[in-house]
Amino acid sequence: MTRPLINVPARAKRGQVIEIKTLISHVMEPGFRHSSIGVLLPRDIITEFVCAYDGEEIFRADLFPAISANPFVTFHTVATKSGTLTFTWTGDNGFSATEQASITVE
Amino acid sequence: MKAEPAIDKGRRDLIKGASALACGMLLLAVRKADATPASMQAAIRDVFGNAEIGRGKVTLDIPSLVENGNTVPMTVSVESPMTATDYVKSIHVFNEKNPQPNVIGIHLGPRAGKASVSTRIRLADSQKVVAIAQMSDGSVWSAQVDVIVTLAACVEGL
Repeated sequence: MTRPLINVPARAKRGQVIEIKTLISHVMEPGFRHSSIGVLLPRDIITEFVCAYDGEEIFRADLFPAISANPFVTFHTVATKSGTLTFTWTGDNGFSATEQASITVE
Repeated sequence: MKAEPAIDKGRRDLIKGASALACGMLLLAVRKADATPASMQAAIRDVFGNAEIGRGKVTLDIPSLVENGNTVPMTVSVESPMTATDYVKSIHVFNEKNPQPNVIGIHLGPRAGKASVSTRIRLADSQKVVAIAQMSDGSVWSAQVDVIVTLAACVEGL
């Protein structure tokens, strides 16, 4: 599996609002489509995305089949201190992916 | 120009009448689709209970004419100072005509700094998309956009 893409500024000023962009490769099969031979394709989606800043949850999203393939999520947070951002995606069929990014706050 | 045979004129009148009737039915159908389908209302009530939903504070940025329903860029932002005592708790997005009414549920806190989230969604038909936000004081605000979709998601074959 390819690694998720994360865009977090490497440096930020304390108290600055930063934008975080995330992109993960996933089919997000909604479970309503049929294959070319007419068989219903079972649902296979990412159901939850969580971002934690130094272990504290700062953003959580419940995803539904109406989210496009290769989910792209952009959100914001306040740069409080230098540390690690942990991104976790979980989904159907035991899907799980984790990625980290570090930030230096001055 | 030669004179029209009577039978041709009759046929033409019939076609004219039929097309006028069809136009009328189309207008009726358009007006009917404006009502929010029950499944979306049920999904909204599932999340927010009986809370009163006000209009405003929420901005739902989504193109009103979409060529491909498989990836529709969407940005939801909410007016809020995002302080420890006054912040946006959650944002939920709903649709009328996809197989399921839910699109995304977002949970924020004061550490978000700015209540603005973007993603890409699927739309199975031309329809209304509603974004609803709940504040830390419990008040609920919403915004809605009518979207026209030319190529629908979900139903297309693979």
